[in-house]
Amino acid sequence: MTALIQAAKSLLLKEFVAAFWLSIKYMFAPKVTINYPYEKGPISPRFRGEHALRRYANGEERCIACKLCEAICPAQAITIEAEPRDDGSRRTTRYDIDMTKCIYCGFCQEACPVDAIVEGPNFEFATETRAELMYDKNKLLANGDRWERVIASNIAADAPYR
Amino acid sequence: MPTLTIDGKEVTVDAGTTVLQACEEVGVTVPRFCYHERLSIAGNCRMCLVDMEKAPKPIASCAMPAGEGMVIHTDTERVKTAREGVMEFLLINHPLDCPVRDQGGECELQDQSVAFGGGISRYDENKRAVGDKNMGPLIATTMTRCIHCMRCVRFSDEIAGVDGMGSLGRGEHTEVVTYLDGLLDTELSGNVIDLCPVGALTSKPYAFTARSWELTETNAIDVMDAVGSNITVDTRDGAVMRVLPRLNEDVNEEWISDKTRFSYDGIKKQRLDQPYVRKSGKLVEATWDEAFNAVKKGIKGLKGKEIAGLVGDVAEMESMLAFKDLLGTLGSKRIEARQDGAALDTSVRAGYLMNTGIAGIEDADYILLVGTNPRVDAPMVNARIRKAVVKISLTVANVGSAEDLSYAVEEFGDDATLLKAIKTGRHDIAKALKAAKKPMIIVGQAALAREDGAAILKKARDIADKYCMAEGWNGFNVLHTAASRVGALDLGLTAAGGIDAILDDAEANKLKAVFLLGADEFDSAALKKTFTVYIGTHGDEGVKQADVILPGTVYTEKSGTYVNTEGRVQRSEKASKAPGDARDDWTILRALSDVIGETLPYNSLAELRMKLMAAAPASRTLDTLPTEEWGDFGTDGEIEKGGIQPAIDNFYLTNTIARASAIMADCVSAREGDQQEALKVMGGSHG
Repeated sequence: MTALIQAAKSLLLKEFVAAFWLSIKYMFAPKVTINYPYEKGPISPRFRGEHALRRYANGEERCIACKLCEAICPAQAITIEAEPRDDGSRRTTRYDIDMTKCIYCGFCQEACPVDAIVEGPNFEFATETRAELMYDKNKLLANGDRWERVIASNIAADAPYR
Repeated sequence: MPTLTIDGKEVTVDAGTTVLQACEEVGVTVPRFCYHERLSIAGNCRMCLVDMEKAPKPIASCAMPAGEGMVIHTDTERVKTAREGVMEFLLINHPLDCPVRDQGGECELQDQSVAFGGGISRYDENKRAVGDKNMGPLIATTMTRCIHCMRCVRFSDEIAGVDGMGSLGRGEHTEVVTYLDGLLDTELSGNVIDLCPVGALTSKPYAFTARSWELTETNAIDVMDAVGSNITVDTRDGAVMRVLPRLNEDVNEEWISDKTRFSYDGIKKQRLDQPYVRKSGKLVEATWDEAFNAVKKGIKGLKGKEIAGLVGDVAEMESMLAFKDLLGTLGSKRIEARQDGAALDTSVRAGYLMNTGIAGIEDADYILLVGTNPRVDAPMVNARIRKAVVKISLTVANVGSAEDLSYAVEEFGDDATLLKAIKTGRHDIAKALKAAKKPMIIVGQAALAREDGAAILKKARDIADKYCMAEGWNGFNVLHTAASRVGALDLGLTAAGGIDAILDDAEANKLKAVFLLGADEFDSAALKKTFTVYIGTHGDEGVKQADVILPGTVYTEKSGTYVNTEGRVQRSEKASKAPGDARDDWTILRALSDVIGETLPYNSLAELRMKLMAAAPASRTLDTLPTEEWGDFGTDGEIEKGGIQPAIDNFYLTNTIARASAIMADCVSAREGDQQEALKVMGGSHG
């Protein structure tokens, strides 16, 4: 009996038809792939991408050189040196992140008391040379200027949960 | 001897002990801000509240004497809420921007608010703001942070003995101020930075340069004076970031002088970081080989008696021994360490030590100062004398130039011939010495550096012999000003005629070559004609006439043995990296010996130290006050009439490191500015 049913299925191309039907169904279903880099998937406001140093609205840099990010960084990727600025405030003279060491854990932005160092939404920062991944203060501040609007809205969106 | 119960543990303490001290004895931690072991009790922070049975409310344990049968609880709900309440009040007006301030990470307020605070703030109103005060070039102030514990005020009042600090206003308007908005006129001012439990008083030179958690601590010994203060050198990436005191009850307690604390920037400035050789009148950069060969050429064919050596004030024993051995292989025994010309006698060790010890000052009941101003010669000794003056009403008499020593001194003028009268017993001082049970005589370098220094030393010895000896008590003390001096004398680095004879012979061309081991405290013009080799650290007096310069290391860059003015042998550890091509002095001498003569018989510091122990047996025992045999020393002679001039002109500029330090230069100009300001005020009031 079993052999009879098996023979019927084979003769009637049952599996072939079922597979064909599945293909037709997916042909009309909405697509899951996207046309990267022209299209991009959604990312969470908590996404931890490329680092940036932010400024206040008046252009003053937020970082106060407290070195908490340097202290907490488990990969020891951050190097900071500080000095009093001419106006007497505490500022960094050097703020380096070795992006090849960074493990994108986000501890630095958690530790920051003034929301200065953040991991922004940018994940497309591949470079041609290794040296370009040694970020300095200027690069990080430029990142902050470029991404400020998105970063600010992300922080605002996450604010109720912090 | 009251017995009390603390958290169920019974403890018997001395009468007069406070409840807080009793708690510490049984190992119970009581939080506090205003209480400090070495200061008087204030009881104004209220953080140390504990519960006492049968008391209606919590008691301030720091101010409550322990009583018989007291039952103390430190872990009740009431104590917990009391502490949280006090903490909340303290934080009402304290800014919560710890990440910006240097104290963050080592702040008592921060630590205790985490440990004992409530964890939340209910205060939404505006905080109090207070204007910052000017406290000179060393101390940065943020008075908004002040919690009015008054430790700094009590320190300057009680320990330093200056009345420049106090508080004005009441209640919320209380402000801690320097009354005339000027410097704290004391050599110990830096200690208020350590005392401040919050970030109100912080170090200005250290401001914002490092955080406490990224510093490496190394135990070292200070070389700014002959006290050998125990210090911790904090470094980051091999660079000295700051210097802090280390507790040693017998030497510096927990204080250090401003020169010790703040001269560290001199380590990085004006440094010799590679060898130099003089070619046609100009110093030219050279390699080590070229420099060594230049030395070889310079001393070629010279006899031993045509060579001499001078040792500086900050050298450690190891390099001094290597220096002595090197010159020995060249046939010269003429090495002099007494750059100031002090007539110290090496025949009896007790004759050049502070035999009573620094801690011994607290047991003394009469001190006779001869030609010393301990306030600038050795601020830690002065602090100890002041402590004894305040605590046990010690009497201090002074024969020497009258200076403000921060306590009452009976002045007897600066005529050295007074010593003769004291010796014969006719003088008032002699009577006082006789009446005292444990009298001390402290002889300074100012007296010994005079032409008749040897006679003064002899006279002082005789006075000590006559009046200052008791069972287990040697009241004869020499107060040195140079960190290397006692070590050098232990190694016998003295030459007949002293430094004057060496310089005269150099000028008369009897000496052909002079080696300098960090010697900078003399007029080098006399070395114009000689071939001069300078082994040292800074571009100072010694390099002016040098023909070859070999760059060495400063005290933070080497492990070394130092002997302080008491004869206490202490070892310092290497904390920071030497700049450029600079090397440890003893390794330079060892390498030089390879090129110019016999190789010195040691290849490592350990081997050198073995030799050191043989050469100076006193260096075998570390960290103990020696008891030396009394004997006869000094030379009889006529003491000439005439005043004793101070040994140190400027406290802040006594050695090469301090002279290279920009912070010390700031101190000098701030002092001068302050004095001019004071003159102006006085002139105004007269006119």
